[in-house]
Amino acid sequence: MKRNAQTRAERIALSAACFGGVILVWELSVRLSGTDIFPSPFEVTIGFRELAREGHLLAYARDSLVRVLAGYGLAVLAGIPVGILMGWYEPFGSMMNPLIQMFRPISPLAWMPLAVIWFGIGNSAPIFLIFIAAFFPIVVATMNGVRNVPPMYLRAARNFGLGGSAILLRVVLPAILPRVMTGLRLALGIAWLVVVAAEMIAVDSGLGYLIIDSRNAGKRYDLVVGGMIMIGVIGLALDALVRRAERIPSLRWGFRKE
Amino acid sequence: MTDRNEQHRPKVTIEGLSKTFRSEDRDVEVLSSIDLEVRSGELVCILGPSGCGKSTLLNIVGGFMQPSEGTVRIDGEVVDGPDPRRIFVFQERGVFPWLTVAGNIDFGLFRLGAKEREERVDYYIKLVGLSGFEQTYPHELSGGMKQRLEVARALAVDPDVLYLDEPFGALDSITRLLMRSELLRIWEKERKTILFVTHDIDESVQLADRVVVMSARPGKIRRIVEIDIQHPRDLSSPRYIELRDGIFEEIGLAHKV
Repeated sequence: MKRNAQTRAERIALSAACFGGVILVWELSVRLSGTDIFPSPFEVTIGFRELAREGHLLAYARDSLVRVLAGYGLAVLAGIPVGILMGWYEPFGSMMNPLIQMFRPISPLAWMPLAVIWFGIGNSAPIFLIFIAAFFPIVVATMNGVRNVPPMYLRAARNFGLGGSAILLRVVLPAILPRVMTGLRLALGIAWLVVVAAEMIAVDSGLGYLIIDSRNAGKRYDLVVGGMIMIGVIGLALDALVRRAERIPSLRWGFRKE
Repeated sequence: MTDRNEQHRPKVTIEGLSKTFRSEDRDVEVLSSIDLEVRSGELVCILGPSGCGKSTLLNIVGGFMQPSEGTVRIDGEVVDGPDPRRIFVFQERGVFPWLTVAGNIDFGLFRLGAKEREERVDYYIKLVGLSGFEQTYPHELSGGMKQRLEVARALAVDPDVLYLDEPFGALDSITRLLMRSELLRIWEKERKTILFVTHDIDESVQLADRVVVMSARPGKIRRIVEIDIQHPRDLSSPRYIELRDGIFEEIGLAHKV
């Protein structure tokens, strides 16, 4: 717990100073190099304002978030049950595992051409890609969670007379939650990474589309950088949101640091 | 709760029990022809060096393992699996970290009505001295408190028999002493039959009505020592020292370091 030596105010001040430093270096490098392609921080702010005025910024952010929510939501709904089944029923697990492990290293972006021929132009293709990206980490985290439930807990549950489904609900599920949460957080990060790439095909809205379109239609690098910043900020917010869940009392035991 | 007649009826009967672990290249016999009767309400310590099969014996009696030969009967009924009438207590590691103290004690009470559950949770929280910690999670408790919690959770379902497998092994020596007198206080109040596995000679002589001394490889009962001292026991009384030294000798240890 050495980090406690820094107060909250100090941490915030240091982070702000770091941000300021990066912006300063950025501004200076644009000025010193005399580039007229790469935008300065000021120009990006202007670009931001333009996007906001046209209503694109929020609309695009919303479209990206909706796609992530859909693809990620489906991955959670499918991934947790599959992971539990694979962890709980040994034969099912060993049957499925090689398949999962083979699909897992394939970058979701490699699925792009297939996504387009299967789902055509529209929301379905990027949602499918996000699903693929989030599904595997969730399955693997859940399966490992189930396999690592301390046998002591299962014995105690059997001793108190719980049957199979009650053990699953009252012991296995709560016991795996911290690990599953870690998997969910990881998967959400990946899903957000992938949405941007996924929006470079098949759709005409979203933050990924904003970036590729700004470049293609008039080399508007101020908007490209603006889009990147927006993606970063939303990613940060999503992660902070999931992290909050780690403070839920019945979950906290899995995240405490000794 | 138990009447006088019942006290002399055997509660647990172990007959001709052997256990051999078979692997591909060799068989290891860990327990060999164990015979033991435990009376209702009795506190019996099973004492032996590590590797003598005492934990295996407790696991078989608890229904978590099948014997290779012989039978275990409880109230005349052959044991063929774990049963909520007999609860196994681990070294504090069996408490559920996602449940509060109250939630853990309530865990086994799902067959009862809401009112009775609440009453039992309250009663056992008080009995083990965890009042004020009802809504606390186990990771915020000390080792000794977690151990009390596990005992409370076991007692709450009102079992006839408790199996304790080196329950105080992970505690520091002062807490261990306190927990022993706590256990005796609770046992005197609740009069459960207790089978207590330990490798600590003093612990067994302080707690037990009878100490079952085991030898290792294969585990056999070497001797059963009746501890005929009233509780609370004076740990410096001549009789206590005599009994303790007898067991030291039986195991083949000189009690000099």
